[in-house]
Amino acid sequence: MSGTASAGHTQAGSRLYVWVWGWLLAFTGVEVYLAYLHLPVPLMLVLLMGLSVIKGGLIVAYFMHLRFERFSLFLTLIPALVFSICIILIFFFPDSLRLNELGPALR
Amino acid sequence: MADARAQVIGESRWGGGLAPYAIGSKKFGMWLFVISDALTFSALLVAYSYVRLASPQWPTPFPFSPAIIYATLMTFFLLSSSLTMVLAVSAAHRGEHRRAVGWLLGTMAGGTAFIALHLREWLHLIHEGLRPWQTPWADWPNTPLFGGSFFGLTGLHMLHVAIGVVYLGVIAYGFGRRKFSSEDVEVSGLYWHFVDLVWMFIFPLIYLLSVRMA
Repeated sequence: MSGTASAGHTQAGSRLYVWVWGWLLAFTGVEVYLAYLHLPVPLMLVLLMGLSVIKGGLIVAYFMHLRFERFSLFLTLIPALVFSICIILIFFFPDSLRLNELGPALR
Repeated sequence: MADARAQVIGESRWGGGLAPYAIGSKKFGMWLFVISDALTFSALLVAYSYVRLASPQWPTPFPFSPAIIYATLMTFFLLSSSLTMVLAVSAAHRGEHRRAVGWLLGTMAGGTAFIALHLREWLHLIHEGLRPWQTPWADWPNTPLFGGSFFGLTGLHMLHVAIGVVYLGVIAYGFGRRKFSSEDVEVSGLYWHFVDLVWMFIFPLIYLLSVRMA
């Protein structure tokens, strides 16, 4: 049984969770609003993914209690995940954009 | 001898001792599963984004009403179910069994509402003629990958939600009958929040980037 997480639960309290829930809903509202602005797709992608990363961070930190766990758990789990995702992005995305530029020539 | 060694390790600067994360094996196992599943969804979402960027055109078939309203409501239900889930975990740690089971049932209700709305959305699109291998819209011809990526991503996520609802049902039953500990409730919560977390990326990528402008 994890004493640390239990302590985190007690420290956090229901009010904090309601605050986090409220922020998550607010960010969702902003995302829906942004979707109806006539912005270029790359800019929209950056804005929406930025907000999603913030929302994901709030969920992991507070709802999943990673903030209240030992730092060693964070170091074991998160950097490896972020590194792997970055590797996927770095290797794939330039290729997808290149494919788009070559599209007319290939057709 | 063994005790002395454990004491030395426990008092090292590292401070990890024999339990470096200070969590139980079930919880650590769920964390490892969550990270591996996060990579699965990441790869799928990157593949979807790749296809979208590399395609000369991409359908934007979701009108504000009902598709975006429904998808936003689904987000509301999932976020609210995450709130009830943390409250269930808190109640479980305090030893309040009845209250914890009540919050767990509330969480299951949120998940079920999400699935119901999502299935309604699926049936609507299938009725329009959307299939995993073809799109029915004349405005966006030759975009068959839209159907594949839509059904693939949302279907895998919906499967996770459905498994989560059953999982929470088992946990609620077992915790109510004093067969499971509060740690089991917390571990199921990790899974549920992860399902919520994944939707935070699917919702903008699939729905909000494909809204039909007036």
